[in-house]
Amino acid sequence: MTKVYVSSVIPAPAAEVWKLVRNFNGLPAWAPFVAESRVEQNAPADQIGCIRNFVLRDGGRIREKLLALSDYDLSCSYAILESPMAVENYIATLSLTPITDGNLTLAEWEAEFDCAPEREAALMHQIGTGVFQAALSALKQRFGR
Amino acid sequence: MVQVRQSTIIDAPIDDVWSILRDFNGHERWHPAISFSEIEGGDPVDAVGSVRRFRLADGGELREQLLALSDKDFRLAYCLLEAPLPLMGYVASIQLKPVTDGNATFWEWRSEFHPPTHRRDELVKLVSEGIYQAGFAAIRSLLRGRVLTAKARAPTPAPPSAPPLIPSPVSSATTSFGQSATTRAIVVERYGGPEVLQLKEIGLPPPAPNEVRIRHTVIGVNFIDVYCRTGYFDLLQPPGVPGMEAAGVVEAVGSEIAGFSVGDRIAYACPPVGAYTERRNMVPDLLVRLSDDIPDEIAAAGLLKGISASFLLHDIHAVQPGSVVLVHAGAGGIGQLLVQWARHLGATVIATVSSDDKARIVERLGAHHVIVYSRENFTEAVMRLTGGVGADVVYDAVGQDTFGGSLAALRIRGHLVSFGQASGPIGNWDIGRFASKSITVSRPNYAHYTDTPEKLAPHVERFFAALRQGVVRIEAPKRYNLSDAGEAHRDLEARRTTGALVLVP
Repeated sequence: MTKVYVSSVIPAPAAEVWKLVRNFNGLPAWAPFVAESRVEQNAPADQIGCIRNFVLRDGGRIREKLLALSDYDLSCSYAILESPMAVENYIATLSLTPITDGNLTLAEWEAEFDCAPEREAALMHQIGTGVFQAALSALKQRFGR
Repeated sequence: MVQVRQSTIIDAPIDDVWSILRDFNGHERWHPAISFSEIEGGDPVDAVGSVRRFRLADGGELREQLLALSDKDFRLAYCLLEAPLPLMGYVASIQLKPVTDGNATFWEWRSEFHPPTHRRDELVKLVSEGIYQAGFAAIRSLLRGRVLTAKARAPTPAPPSAPPLIPSPVSSATTSFGQSATTRAIVVERYGGPEVLQLKEIGLPPPAPNEVRIRHTVIGVNFIDVYCRTGYFDLLQPPGVPGMEAAGVVEAVGSEIAGFSVGDRIAYACPPVGAYTERRNMVPDLLVRLSDDIPDEIAAAGLLKGISASFLLHDIHAVQPGSVVLVHAGAGGIGQLLVQWARHLGATVIATVSSDDKARIVERLGAHHVIVYSRENFTEAVMRLTGGVGADVVYDAVGQDTFGGSLAALRIRGHLVSFGQASGPIGNWDIGRFASKSITVSRPNYAHYTDTPEKLAPHVERFFAALRQGVVRIEAPKRYNLSDAGEAHRDLEARRTTGALVLVP
């Protein structure tokens, strides 16, 4: 089991950031690598079990299933059903925590998955830096002054 | 039970912060509130179950027991066993998390306890500021000192500490005509007198993804609605629905809405206009949640006026004990709040009213002196009452009829807060002449003090606290049917009313 964890401080109140990221179908609005997204079978984007089907800017297609969404904890968990990344048992969680000092937000994004041992380092870098940290940096930019 | 939660970012690697915090007896070395600490029975500091006995700088003695310690999760929890303060059932935890871009540490310190009701606010403040925030500051300066002395690494920029400016959402026209769902609303099709307030069926689309739909239970009537109806303010573009204040219930939420649910009781006092209707859609950023002890009618009658009174008396001019405050239209909706609140703040309150009946009301509210301006020149009366000195501050929403007299009633270096023009525009004034008394004039705009959640929240909290503590009382408002909005405006403009007016859908 491989684990990836990244986190960033977003310069905005947690409720503001959550409003943007809670939308399971909303990646194109803020994640720089996502070109378009839809929810399969026209399900509501906050229905647990719904599947988002999105296309990356590089053309790859990913299907992910919403496992948990909490407006109380400000967190969202999902599993990859299909992707070009050759990972298995991939489960990720994006969560927000208020930072009361300055009314900011800690955003954490973590994933656990299985993969071929020789691919582990490259995948950790690709997911941790190329996907999660890049998206959190985009959030920082978006809410930055 | 109360929950206290404070968190911050420390500009140091998590291992450095954790090595200090995980020492259950180490707080005497870094926390400014603690003068001495020891572990009972000589137990190891990292043995779960160990008890620390410590003394505060002010002499109080406390005992706390370590309940959990995790080097894996960077977390520890402890409870209070004995304390000189009624922090009943106090359980606290410290949690660190790494911030991976950069090399900083997120630190959250939280607790739950059961304080006696009358000491709740004092104890929450003590814990959150005197213990947690003071601890954050102490660790921050401790680590900064290490960096500077050891020169182990270059200091990195401090994390942002000021709240960012979130632009307030501006939603344009709230009415959309000709949709399938409809609602009854008062529509202004052209600027004019009270007669232009006509009841119509208008379209009501489903809420946009970032909106909620509200079913109004009570709608507030304010003088600003008159200014919108006549076109004096351009907040309303005909055809449009006036109104900036109401209470009600969330009836539906858009797909992107977090934090509001169907059935939530809310109130608001903000643009965009559109409150004179049974139902409306609205971006919820400036919605205020209503607790059970605030009735809809009081919220709709008092929120806009209460928020205004809060910033008028505290921000635009900070009323001090012993100062002389002149309030025009003291029996009006906002006048009644200003009189009560200024008196509570320790000011000598002089109010003007138009009739003897209103004078009796304002006297009951606590005004020290009441001037019936139709019978007596209020400027001369103020000078007589103050021994020729004048008022420190004048709150004037009457405008044309009083502006000049208000200037004359000020003391040297006095402050005229001109926040309305019920009798007509104030006209042009030569500000050069203000130097004769070093006068300050303010022309506050409600929106500039309330247009973000960050600006609004302190005023809402202060107003609701004042209501609960009985600092201000809001008399039951005069009720009109929504369809009779024109009559309500007529009564308001004719100065026939005292206190607040509301519309009921």
